[in-house]
Amino acid sequence: MADISSPSSVPTWFDRIKPKSFGRFVTTVLLFIGAWIMVFPFIWMISSSLKPTDEVYDADFSLIPRTFKGFENYYAVIFDQPYLIFLMNSMIVCTGILVIQLLTAIPAAYALAKLKFRGSTILFGTVIAAITIPINVTSIPLYIGLVRVGLLDTYFAMMFPFIVSVFAIFLFRQFFRSFPDSIIQAARVDGFSEIEIILRLILPAAVPAIAAFSVFSFVAHWNDLYWPLIVVQSQDKMTATLSMMQYQSMFDTDYGLTYASATVVTAPMVIAFLFARRLFIRGITMTGVKG
Amino acid sequence: MAQLTLKNIKKSFGDTSVLHGISLDVMDGEFISLVGQSGCGKSTLLRIIAGLEQPDSGDVLIDGKSMLDAAPKDRNIAMVFQDYALYPHMSVGENMAMPLVMAKLPLYARLPVMRRITPAGRNAQPEIRAGVEKVAKQLRIDHLLDRKPAQLSGGQRQRVALGRALVRDPQTFLMDEPLSNLDAKLRVQVRTEITELHASSGLTFVYVTHDQVEAMTMSSRVALLQTGRLLQVGTPNDLFADPDTLDVAQFIGSPEINITVGESQNGQVIIGETALPIALNTTGPIQIGIRPETICIPNVSGLVAAHRAAHGHTLKFEKRLVEDLGPEILIHGAFAHAPENIVRIRAQKSDTYSGVDTFAQGNTLDVKLNLNQLLFFGADGQRLRPDFSTAKRAETV
Repeated sequence: MADISSPSSVPTWFDRIKPKSFGRFVTTVLLFIGAWIMVFPFIWMISSSLKPTDEVYDADFSLIPRTFKGFENYYAVIFDQPYLIFLMNSMIVCTGILVIQLLTAIPAAYALAKLKFRGSTILFGTVIAAITIPINVTSIPLYIGLVRVGLLDTYFAMMFPFIVSVFAIFLFRQFFRSFPDSIIQAARVDGFSEIEIILRLILPAAVPAIAAFSVFSFVAHWNDLYWPLIVVQSQDKMTATLSMMQYQSMFDTDYGLTYASATVVTAPMVIAFLFARRLFIRGITMTGVKG
Repeated sequence: MAQLTLKNIKKSFGDTSVLHGISLDVMDGEFISLVGQSGCGKSTLLRIIAGLEQPDSGDVLIDGKSMLDAAPKDRNIAMVFQDYALYPHMSVGENMAMPLVMAKLPLYARLPVMRRITPAGRNAQPEIRAGVEKVAKQLRIDHLLDRKPAQLSGGQRQRVALGRALVRDPQTFLMDEPLSNLDAKLRVQVRTEITELHASSGLTFVYVTHDQVEAMTMSSRVALLQTGRLLQVGTPNDLFADPDTLDVAQFIGSPEINITVGESQNGQVIIGETALPIALNTTGPIQIGIRPETICIPNVSGLVAAHRAAHGHTLKFEKRLVEDLGPEILIHGAFAHAPENIVRIRAQKSDTYSGVDTFAQGNTLDVKLNLNQLLFFGADGQRLRPDFSTAKRAETV
């Protein structure tokens, strides 16, 4: 818009950021609003983690805490509870889930994508159907089963419902389908076994898909509160996300501490995401699935 | 030494029947081409020979032994694919080494690191390297061994694919349209190289192509397939000069053979107004195949003598278009008795050829047919072979 631009010939700071057209101006404003909606909860979280509980509830809201309780809150979260144990538990559970998911999904996806056998279409249909079943549906039978075999409050119980990911089977199957048949046939003539075809030929080609899925899976199970809340009883098996719940009780909730806890729990994933940003974005654009 | 026998191979995919009982004998050291239009089942047949597909019925024998239960790697074959099928993340050297690694090493020693640290892996390493280098030198790709397939040109990739097939020292070489991804110039060059490879190796080659020129130029025998049936098997010259059916005659030869209608009656074949003294074992309408190069134009100067031969039987020809192909010309037109039926004449130029002026006398030409070069087919497309002894007698009378 002409009225936005200033006629000065010397470029000022404003010249560098001024929008080139009204359309751009609107776009920028919309993006700003979108970004604010995304970032605001994080800012609120960090701000609240520096406040005492009563100030979190204060109607007179301000981002800058009036009583700074940041040191106390973070000290309590990191040192008064076994924070590193929680992180380790989360790492063990997420890594375990991911490894077994890859071990089961990749051969299954290869079979569905490239092997001809009776019933493969029905089998794949079953996989698709299984994507639609949420964990909440199966959680009660799973829980009862785990109680019966006495495996509650173990890493196994935390991983067990997720070790076969139908989403991974579906994702990899779609990816493997585009792998040229002739290369697989050449490999068979050359004497590769089917497992070697997967290990030597398909896997190196599927690195982007595997990386993308790994990020999805890791983030999903790192942030999962529902299932650990059901099967974990003792503090030494708590995942990082579950540990936030410690500051809530029936009678009283320390929101300052809860927010501080949320911050330190989210931090590893946020930092990891900043490093793996490119992989993650490539994964989303590749699959057409929203993160 | 590998003699390959196919016995009544049948194959269908779902409801579509692809091969309807193919039987074929391939001699040891022979270069046989499976040729046919796309969708005729030739690639499926090759994959059945390789063991990548199982036939619904029938048998594949190599040196007299049934191979139906043998995995592809146990059939002593090598295969070259249309798109080369190189392993994209491996270097050329690794690509070529793979068949040897798979054949010479036990499973545990093939794993990435194990190849270097296990005794079996280490012992086989020099042999594998020597095998790769020998073949690479033979194919003149030894300077490319460290490159990845993506860094190679089409012709180089083709050679790597050949090398990967050669390196394991197979008895039978299967090729699935290996030249179709190359540009025209390179195709001719690689064609010669493959023919030379066949001559020097003495292996049995089975070559699938849709290009009849490739099939004719390279093979010792050609097997022509159409819609899952074997039409004719024979030397290139057999198929060209002595086809069994109209389909074979139409497939082989470029430009395509001209087909015109005629009638057989009383020991004569009538084309338009002209009666040819040829006795066929049938009465009624027939189809006559005339190769474009066998039609003579006696009254046109500027063509070599063979195309101006004065003997033979005269027909009226309407010229419509002349294409200059360099050393020869292609005349499109039709016989006067069947103007809707396009006929092509291919004639070689002589020194006195003078471009458009050659046909200054007009569009209607007298052309002559040589009786010995005509091919007759019944209404069902089967070849009708005339009794030339009676025909010759009729001519001399």
